[in-house]
Amino acid sequence: MTMFRILTLALACAGFAPSAMAQNGPLRIEITEGVIEPLPFAVPDFIVENAGAYQYAQDVARVIAADLSGTGMFREIPASAFISNVTSFDSPVQYADWKAINAQALVTGAVSVGSDGRLTVKFRLYDVFSGAELGDGMQLGGTVGSWRRIAHKVADQVYSRITGEGGYFDSRVVYVAEKGAKNAREKRLAIMDYDGANVQYLTDSSSIVLAPRFSPTGDRVLYTSYVSGFPQIYLLDVATVGRTSLGEQPGTMTFAPRFAPNGQTVVYSLSAGGNTDLYSQNIGGVPTRLTNAPSIETAPSYSPDGSQIVFESDRSGSQQLYIMPSGGGEARRISFGEGRYGTPVWSPRGDYIAFTKQNAGRFHIGVMRTDGSEERLLTASFLDEGPTWSPNGRVIMFTRETQGESGAPSLYSVDISGRVLTKVKTDGIASDPAWSPLLK
Amino acid sequence: MKHLTKAAFLVATLAVSACTNADRFGAGGSGNMNAANSGIDSGLLGSASDPRSVAYFQQTVGDRVLFAVDQSTLSDLGRNTLDGQALWLQNNSGYAAIIEGHADEQGTREYNLALGERRANAVREYLVSQGVSGSRLRTVTYGKERPLEACSTEACYSKNRRAVTVISAGIGS
Repeated sequence: MTMFRILTLALACAGFAPSAMAQNGPLRIEITEGVIEPLPFAVPDFIVENAGAYQYAQDVARVIAADLSGTGMFREIPASAFISNVTSFDSPVQYADWKAINAQALVTGAVSVGSDGRLTVKFRLYDVFSGAELGDGMQLGGTVGSWRRIAHKVADQVYSRITGEGGYFDSRVVYVAEKGAKNAREKRLAIMDYDGANVQYLTDSSSIVLAPRFSPTGDRVLYTSYVSGFPQIYLLDVATVGRTSLGEQPGTMTFAPRFAPNGQTVVYSLSAGGNTDLYSQNIGGVPTRLTNAPSIETAPSYSPDGSQIVFESDRSGSQQLYIMPSGGGEARRISFGEGRYGTPVWSPRGDYIAFTKQNAGRFHIGVMRTDGSEERLLTASFLDEGPTWSPNGRVIMFTRETQGESGAPSLYSVDISGRVLTKVKTDGIASDPAWSPLLK
Repeated sequence: MKHLTKAAFLVATLAVSACTNADRFGAGGSGNMNAANSGIDSGLLGSASDPRSVAYFQQTVGDRVLFAVDQSTLSDLGRNTLDGQALWLQNNSGYAAIIEGHADEQGTREYNLALGERRANAVREYLVSQGVSGSRLRTVTYGKERPLEACSTEACYSKNRRAVTVISAGIGS
């Protein structure tokens, strides 16, 4: 709850240039190509610099290692294989000992807790086979309660320096926590760290809630609730858990909301009289109708520059993807493969659109270029749906539901090469994830 | 709702096995194939023979119509059921109704919400065309959020693709 606003991470850093450093050395992973042979790395327990920091030395190192291993692009070398130990943060690294166990990347670090109760974490990243540091050493500080976030920030640095891409570990996911039998599901909003830690519930389960979406700054969440008896859109302040209605129009139902990049405008679907169209409005303002067709128009998502909206429509007779100007107007169809396409989401990098595809009785999560070319399916199952992008646009989280009477949803993630599919740890069954931007 | 349905089903099963007369509760009309799914409690079941009761509406008139995959077009059977609903609503003007539209799980969440609204509206428009005042009828979509049956085969899906007319104490008209 307090993470976004109260916590301030003091970032003391001896200036460093991530991409320049990363591009020069041989230690380099190209994410778009998919990683077949993960890069071996070692993260020895961090050095304890004072007694109060003892408990964090191992925990911080473990979170960093789990972040890197979880990408599928890195493989951790266990401590049992180490030849030399790191006993001082500032002593020279024995490169030969790390080369001997084929650790291509080495992360060393130190932790201390000040008399003010603040945790300080220092780290260095080494390119073992070049015998040099990759980027400069760095120091991060925060409250001891934020130790996981600090560890994620270190992992983001390591990931960025080696891949040349932005990180995504210091981020959160808002989702629907579910409970109960399939025909009597209870649903409530929950928020957690991207890796499933620090779960907090944002609503109770007295009414159905669906499809939460973060604001561009991550401090507010749009979602659909049946609290009035009818599906309507609400805006929730993550810090206070205060809820406001987007504005109800009697006799209508609203759902599928999503923020524009400006954080002020919301696009959504409104159903009335058997027809569903897209509308946009500024928060507290009046709705503007964007589409006017007898078909179903839903699941809108803005381009990162806010100028266009991708959405799904069955105007051709089945669900397909279309792009139109964000103020409405002529739409062009971008999906032409077999089957039905829904829930398009524009990547934060602007390069791909993720979607759900339904074909021949199976569901897929896929990506395509914004002109519809280069379609690739990343997953296949009984029911996969609702992709959401990691802040760096390189990983997609989605809902996978299993089949039958005991069928239940879980959160999964897949990288855009489709090689690394991982079940996301959650507190019980879960659906409808939405990934936050990278935290500040 | 769930335990009420179960109770009603139990009572109905007992009654059937006792006298092997499926029409004992007058469930011989156009809505009879839906009667087993009606959500009523045992108290209301006793009054199901009263044509003015909500139980009668659920059981005998039939409170729901079913739809084909990805369709919101009413079937002949569905229109027959709705003719009965319209007549009942006209004879019982003190009640209002909320029409719930539902979809099976074979679809994305947002699309199914829109599809459920289409189905509920198809029922509402038909009832209005049969003389029921639109001011007595509201619609709500549940998409795939409230399946009646939990299996993942067409046997269950066909029952989940439904629009249910839920009678409520009304505004009159």
